[in-house]
Amino acid sequence: MNPHILAATTGRILRQLRHDRRTVALLVVVPTVLLTLVYFMYVDQPTPPGQPTVFDRVALIMLGFFPFIIMFLVTSIAMLRERTTGTLERLLTTPLAKLDLLFGYGIAFGLAGVVQATVASAVAYWVFDLTTAGSIGLVIMIAAVNAVLAVALGLFCSAFARTEFQAVQFMPVVVAPQLLLCGLFVPRGEMAGWLQAISDVLPLSYAVEALQEVGAHADPTGTMWRDVAIVAGAAVAALVLAAATLRRRSG
Amino acid sequence: MDDTVSVRDLVVERGGRRVLQGISCVVPRGAVTGLLGPSGSGKTTLMRAVVGVQTVDSGTVTVLGRPAGAAELRRRVGYLTQAPSVYADLTVRENARYFAALHGRDHAHADQTVADVGLAGAATQLVGNLSGGQRSRASLACALVGDPELVILDEPTVGQDPVLRADLWARFHAMAAAGTTLLVSSHVMDEAGRCDRLLLIRDGRLVADDTPAAIRAATGVDDLEEAFLRLIKASEQEGSA
Repeated sequence: MNPHILAATTGRILRQLRHDRRTVALLVVVPTVLLTLVYFMYVDQPTPPGQPTVFDRVALIMLGFFPFIIMFLVTSIAMLRERTTGTLERLLTTPLAKLDLLFGYGIAFGLAGVVQATVASAVAYWVFDLTTAGSIGLVIMIAAVNAVLAVALGLFCSAFARTEFQAVQFMPVVVAPQLLLCGLFVPRGEMAGWLQAISDVLPLSYAVEALQEVGAHADPTGTMWRDVAIVAGAAVAALVLAAATLRRRSG
Repeated sequence: MDDTVSVRDLVVERGGRRVLQGISCVVPRGAVTGLLGPSGSGKTTLMRAVVGVQTVDSGTVTVLGRPAGAAELRRRVGYLTQAPSVYADLTVRENARYFAALHGRDHAHADQTVADVGLAGAATQLVGNLSGGQRSRASLACALVGDPELVILDEPTVGQDPVLRADLWARFHAMAAAGTTLLVSSHVMDEAGRCDRLLLIRDGRLVADDTPAAIRAATGVDDLEEAFLRLIKASEQEGSA
């Protein structure tokens, strides 16, 4: 890896995003709109005594999910474009190392995820009065790690899609099971054993647990740091797998 | 060693078909070598093998003394693909500056290269909004921006107006005079006369490998298209005899 090439690649990806104003607007606005919907869905729901409100519970997890879903989609399509327009093959004939490209995507869309999570969290905390025992900074940090994981999975999955139609179909495949089994709908401890086993190997389960720790404890807990480390480790593993899908030579 | 590229008994199969059937040829240093042949003759596959992005079934390709595709060659070889492979959602200048950065060149150098391919006036336009010919020149700028010792250009002049085409050929010759080796493919025979050396391939076989003057002399005709027709006929008769 070469720091100048990595920086140039990160800058190039961010510049592409900047030229696409509509995408930037959607990235920033959509989570806020969805949070607004969730707020008004639950605003009149009764809260059991001594427990967080339903909005607090759901919104906190949504803040972790937005960057995951969106960055997965954005990355899959961006990388597929690199493959289909020939820029990937061209890049691989230059001094650029595979990891320069993969980390470039990780950093660029990771940053986009941070911006998205920051705006969404700010709205959740200050407009809709989201209450967590821990700090907003930890929520944004976990959202950022989720974004990087999503970028890594998107880079990997793009290798298995030949068209944009196929790439979009990977979104439900990768995202839906993690959303269903993360503990948002049914607490993980109350699931059937085999569902728990699946949930245990899905990285988003740990991201959700980390967010729940932030919701329940004023200071970062050991469990939260362990969960963050697991999500980050999954991101690194996905990046290594993605690197294996980049071939300098083809038929 | 005066040959920048040396290809020996190269065989490439794609999709069960032999695209290159044992080609041997050299590309001399500091000259413009034309790679000519009809569409589907194997020009692009041969160029990809020289760049080192093509999986090869047998034979060897040596580039600047190293096996094609060696890591150190990536900073010494520039490749222009047939379809312009540049970022449509970046401006011409941003594309050139990015590829310049990959080769450790600065912004000024990138901007100069954009001007060299005649795109100074379109530097701030998004590539996606350019005409086909302009887009192809933007892609060319990205191939040249690293000052490679060997430049492989797959049909660089398609869709260019005659004045620009003449400019580009003048630039190629200026680069060759400065020591750069160029391998340029074309299916337009009137470009053959502009090359220092010609490789003619057809159905994955080399039909001719000589200077334009020698090819004219050997076939006894002045028109290179006619000369090629005779060479092809001669090689077919040889093959069937």
